[in-house]
Amino acid sequence: MLKLSCKAVATYLPTGEKKLFSLSTRPNLPLVLRSQKGFLIQDPRVVPEGFIHYFSFSPEPPQLPDSVGYTLLDPEMRYLDDGDVVRVAQDGSIRVLFRSKSDHNSVLLTEQCNNYCLMCSQPPKRVNDDWIVDDVLELIPLIPRQTQSLGITGGEPTLFAEGLLEILRRAKSLLPRTAIHLLSNGRNFTDISFAQKYAAIGHPDLMVGIPIYSADPARHDYVVQALGAFDETIRGILNLKELSQKVEIRVVIHKQTYEGLPQLAEFIVRNLLFVDHVALMGLEMMGFTRANLDDLWIDPIEYKNHLSEAVRILNVYGIPVSIYNHPLCLINSDMEPFYKKSISDWKNEYAPECASCIRRNDCGGFFSSGIKFGYSKSITPFG
Amino acid sequence: MSRFKGLDYYTPAKNKYQLLPFRFEHLSNNEVVLTNAVGEFTYLESSKLEHLVNHQLDPNDPDFQRLRSKHFIRMPEDQAAIDLLALKTRTQYRRLANFTNLHLFVVSLRCDHACQYCQVSRQSEDKEAFDMSVETADKALELVFHSPNPAIKIEFQGGEPLLNFDLVRHIIEKAEKRNLVEKRDLQFVVTTTLSLITTEILEYCRDHRIYLSSSLDGPKDLHNKNRPRPEKDSHKKFVDGLKLAREIVGFDSVSALMTTSPSSLGRVKDIVDEYLKYGFNSIFLRHLSPYGFALKTKSYQSYTVDKWLEFYREGLDYIIQLNKQGIHFSEQYSTIILSKMLSSDDPGFVDLMNPAGAGIAAIVFNYDGDVYASDESRMLHEMGDSTFRLGNVHTSSYEDIFLSDALLDTLENSFTSSVPMCSQCGFEKWCGADPVFHHAMYGDILGRKPESKFCKRTMGVTKHLLQIMRNDAEAKMIFMRWINRC
Repeated sequence: MLKLSCKAVATYLPTGEKKLFSLSTRPNLPLVLRSQKGFLIQDPRVVPEGFIHYFSFSPEPPQLPDSVGYTLLDPEMRYLDDGDVVRVAQDGSIRVLFRSKSDHNSVLLTEQCNNYCLMCSQPPKRVNDDWIVDDVLELIPLIPRQTQSLGITGGEPTLFAEGLLEILRRAKSLLPRTAIHLLSNGRNFTDISFAQKYAAIGHPDLMVGIPIYSADPARHDYVVQALGAFDETIRGILNLKELSQKVEIRVVIHKQTYEGLPQLAEFIVRNLLFVDHVALMGLEMMGFTRANLDDLWIDPIEYKNHLSEAVRILNVYGIPVSIYNHPLCLINSDMEPFYKKSISDWKNEYAPECASCIRRNDCGGFFSSGIKFGYSKSITPFG
Repeated sequence: MSRFKGLDYYTPAKNKYQLLPFRFEHLSNNEVVLTNAVGEFTYLESSKLEHLVNHQLDPNDPDFQRLRSKHFIRMPEDQAAIDLLALKTRTQYRRLANFTNLHLFVVSLRCDHACQYCQVSRQSEDKEAFDMSVETADKALELVFHSPNPAIKIEFQGGEPLLNFDLVRHIIEKAEKRNLVEKRDLQFVVTTTLSLITTEILEYCRDHRIYLSSSLDGPKDLHNKNRPRPEKDSHKKFVDGLKLAREIVGFDSVSALMTTSPSSLGRVKDIVDEYLKYGFNSIFLRHLSPYGFALKTKSYQSYTVDKWLEFYREGLDYIIQLNKQGIHFSEQYSTIILSKMLSSDDPGFVDLMNPAGAGIAAIVFNYDGDVYASDESRMLHEMGDSTFRLGNVHTSSYEDIFLSDALLDTLENSFTSSVPMCSQCGFEKWCGADPVFHHAMYGDILGRKPESKFCKRTMGVTKHLLQIMRNDAEAKMIFMRWINRC
């Protein structure tokens, strides 16, 4: 697992409390471009002049004029590369906001949420974090224009309605070829005027992923710990689709949801046939999941037939469907056409049992948290 | 004290739920099937039905959860249930606003076959008497393009339309020319036995993207018996024509229909096998209609609805078995009803629509210029009953025809949601109004449903489909494949 945030060994930031830097590893970058970039020193003997900030893995700061800042990095950040974007704060806290070599970049817009899901991997906090919106607005111009995709997550990103809309407008203008994938519980789209503003942006490649955990409103509300959430989520989806917006339904499978999967699939084909994608996802052993483990954990091998039935129904009605976050050996073999290696690269690992498996390259493996906190006892290496 | 609340907290309070519109039908002594306002269904123990309607169903009962998620009941605060029911209702009726799609041109009554159950065809050399004229065709085509429907299908019927193929070409070319401006989604179908097909005709069909709709009643002996030609070779003619048509026009541009004659009973497997043998991936197990020669030769009375249902059930069971062996093959009549049961779409099948398809889904221009509400209506006319004759292309305007009392009264009075017994029927959303059939059989457009063969047949098929889905999950998945085949 990559560490995306940590403390700097030392940092010197001559201007301001915090700043975002786009990194360069190229010592021969034309001088005119250097003033917009932070330089990532890979060879301590090569420290070209003219960059606004320098990042080094050496214990000693490089020789620099007083007006130029530097940050000494923990060796765990060795993965940093040309084009990455990091945020450095005066107190030395560092966060990697964008990695140019990754297909799994996402920005967290807020840690606040109006749901309180039993298995939330990013437990919501009641803190005022509206500054993040400004951060993201600052980040977007630093993201390489050829970037394929960018996720926007939370918390619930629609809580800062105007901020989110501004970010999407900015992304459309500055990153017109970058697909945006927004994760939302959909409830705020019940407000038709917000949904209309969202649609009016006219982003060419924007999809919102919205979770539905059960066809039974009571069970969905229980999973997200919010009374009336199912009703709002469904009405939000209807508003979005009425405005021709792309919507993906995301279902996390665990002990509270697996039995209802076929019924949920039937609900979707009967009521929401117009959604653009359904993702059926394995559980991540993070955040609240660990607190509620007894209520949530079930070995995926035990629900593989439920999963197959749901996928077959969705597929036969022509809804694009994918299975995310499952080891390949825990699904039925006829499900492979729907199987995706989906776990973000920075938190993706394999179990010791996988060492001898000949299909590791086809397999999406595990969340790092799964390897750390427990995974299926039924892992069977292909041989 | 946990930060998290249990499922109980989110489970609705007892006795607080509201009933949404639904109907029910007994499947057995202890089981009912419930259908909601848009035709979604669920099975329920008969004893629970009373609990349900008396607001005594336990919210922890899985049936409660199923009924709520399928929009049979709702909590007062469930707004989405109402929104979704409205959306599904709009979806089911969405074709209605487009008005007439299918336009049948009876270009000739003459035919080279003498089928015992045929409704209308003539063995005659008198071209003048039974062929449509160019003038009539032109007038009819004017009316076709009056339809507001963005998709227009023109189907050539007979008799045998190939006996008047010059007129078919005339109509097609004139329609194509007109369509350069109209820009409709224009489709042509020729209904033919294929016996008179030639390479030249087929190349014409290829160049103008014309579909061919043909007939295959079963194996050679059965087909030749049902569909006699003087040379006793109708099966061979069909097989040769099919091969040639597929080679020239395209494999999927030829379809076949079967009619269940008295001789077909007991031979459904042979008939299905014949369809398989010739590469078809579906069959329409179609009962006889009580019109024309079928009535005159007593074919129609020669088997009862029960006999046909037996034939159908045996055929369907065999087809399901084939699917379980990996052969993708469907039964079309079941598929139409299953589409209504298992999806929010209405397939728009003319004989199983509500409001009735007469006139507003399909319209018929007879060889002599008479306009009929359906193919059956003109057959009825041939039997001396002109109730559903809506006008004549030479004397009637579009408004005369489509605003005629003959049409509008028929549609309004046969609307199943208000017809006695239909309106209470648990299967109403899956059924349709067939005013022409009921008029022909019972003298009024409704008939009495307990005596209606249409009702008995549709109920029989529907109950059989419900039983299969109740007991056989694999078959249900096969059905889902059928209704979603493009």
